[in-house]
Amino acid sequence: MTSQTPSNPAPAREPGILTQSISNFGKGLIDGVNTLGGLMMMLADVARWSVRRPFRMANLFAQLDFVGVGSIFIVSLTGTFTGMVFALQTSEAFALFDAESLVGPTVALTLSRELAAVFSALMVTMRAGSAMCTELGTMRVTEQVDALETMAVNPVQYLLVPRVLAGLLMVPALTMLFLTTGMVGAYLIAVGTLGISPGTFISRTQQWLVPADIYEGLSKGAVFGLSVALICCYKGFNASGGAKGVGQATTEAMVSSALSIFILDFILGIIWH
Amino acid sequence: MAAPESTSRGPGPGTSATPMIEIVDLHKTFGETKVLTGINLKVPAGSTCVILGGSGSGKTVLMKHMIGLLKPDSGKVIIDGEDIVPMGARQLQQVRNKFGMVFQAAALFDSMTVFENVAFPLREHTKDPEDVIHQKVRARLDLMGLKPEVEGKFPSDLSGGMRKRVGLARATILGPKIVLYDEPTTGLDPITTDYVDEMILAAQKGLGVTSVVISHDIASAFNVADQIAFLSKGVIVENGPPDQLRESQHPAVKVFLQTWFGKN
Ligand SMILES: Nc1ncnc2c1ncn2[C@@H]1O[C@H](COP(=O)(O)OP(=O)(O)O)[C@@H](O)[C@H]1O
Ligand SMILES: [Mg+2]
Repeated sequence: MTSQTPSNPAPAREPGILTQSISNFGKGLIDGVNTLGGLMMMLADVARWSVRRPFRMANLFAQLDFVGVGSIFIVSLTGTFTGMVFALQTSEAFALFDAESLVGPTVALTLSRELAAVFSALMVTMRAGSAMCTELGTMRVTEQVDALETMAVNPVQYLLVPRVLAGLLMVPALTMLFLTTGMVGAYLIAVGTLGISPGTFISRTQQWLVPADIYEGLSKGAVFGLSVALICCYKGFNASGGAKGVGQATTEAMVSSALSIFILDFILGIIWH
Repeated sequence: MAAPESTSRGPGPGTSATPMIEIVDLHKTFGETKVLTGINLKVPAGSTCVILGGSGSGKTVLMKHMIGLLKPDSGKVIIDGEDIVPMGARQLQQVRNKFGMVFQAAALFDSMTVFENVAFPLREHTKDPEDVIHQKVRARLDLMGLKPEVEGKFPSDLSGGMRKRVGLARATILGPKIVLYDEPTTGLDPITTDYVDEMILAAQKGLGVTSVVISHDIASAFNVADQIAFLSKGVIVENGPPDQLRESQHPAVKVFLQTWFGKN
């Protein structure tokens, strides 16, 4: 419903807010289903082309470097701070029950099962996913993707396979980095400022943290990494409409990627527990 | 359609008038926009076909069908005897090895230098050692009038005309049988335009290349064409040797020619 000018006080038949939002919601739903179908087809395409020769090692290593190595700093930083904040918050609560020795295990379990994978994937989305989407989108709208095809090089194999593999492999690795730096952060706060003894912190953490928690984090990292890379590639690869279209594709890619992380986290949580 | 053989500039030995490219009743719609509504076109092996038409008339769309970048709603695209419309990605790759395509806006890879762009097809499709690649790239850029200093630059540092010439070099470096040029001379200075025209002619005469050229430049079109096809409102309204186009009574063609000759 837009502005109504005084000279035209009775607009004949504007759709009511309710009808409009229902129709918007319906349209969104259809778009969502279409996107999901497109993503599945792209995933199948990527899987098919990833096992065909030639293997594009140089492209793969470039993406592993970009997605993984390039995210080390930001993931370490967010990991450390998350661990520190978490140690502060939980210690306050546990102090009420005289149970400060549980700070280590609590942070360890929360990070390994949930936060490390979710936060690492979010950082990768913002740092690498946005770049993937704009790069592919620009290549699409400036016909570089077409040019690649005319030179008998399959763009799925050349451009998408390395990016999706990089997401799949590097996000779990970054999840472990996040967990490690998060534990360092938690240790610094717990031992350094809260006066919990180093022995207690470490032995209690070892006692509670089991391999299954690590596997849960790793599996989540892999699924999130795959999903984020796939969504960012999909949006960029199917961009149209010049620079504006690329910008819009990137916005959509960021929102959808973040959403996919939370939805998949919930689904995987159900599966794991 | 006139027999292009009689007006052909002499395709190389071994080529006949069998079409290298044949398009049969091609239809293409984007959403609501009907872009192509029944295109029929034959380009004999070793000849040059120029496609003329107003801006937005669907010339680029037609050309992208020839190399399988777009799939038609209906119709056939027969390349060297094979219909490419039903082909999948892998089969199309084989067919595309016969092609080179020069894009309207060059479509150079902007993450690669000029050298890497031109070397790209060689690295993908030959086993040439590095020194041979260097030699070939240098020779090809030289042919395009590009100095060695250009090799290390990125496409974003080049002028439009230079980018176009790099695009030409990249499209032709493997010596394809068919070259598609989407407005190869638009935006080039007159001297380079003549140069590109000569290159198209030389490729045809010397190597028997089949060329399809989209052009806005009628002088250039008359210069290189064995056959000119005029695209208007989704169909080819005039098709034949250049002289036939000059005599055309079709209103769209007459307006197009008048505008151009009036201007020059
Ligand atoms: N991928 C596409 N999606 C939607 N419309 C397109 C697409 N490609 C071309 N068109 C439309 O087709 C028409 C012809 O475009 P084009 O072939 O590029 O014209 P030109 O003759 O100038 O090369 C234009 O109206 C253009 O908007
Ligand atoms: Mg065009």
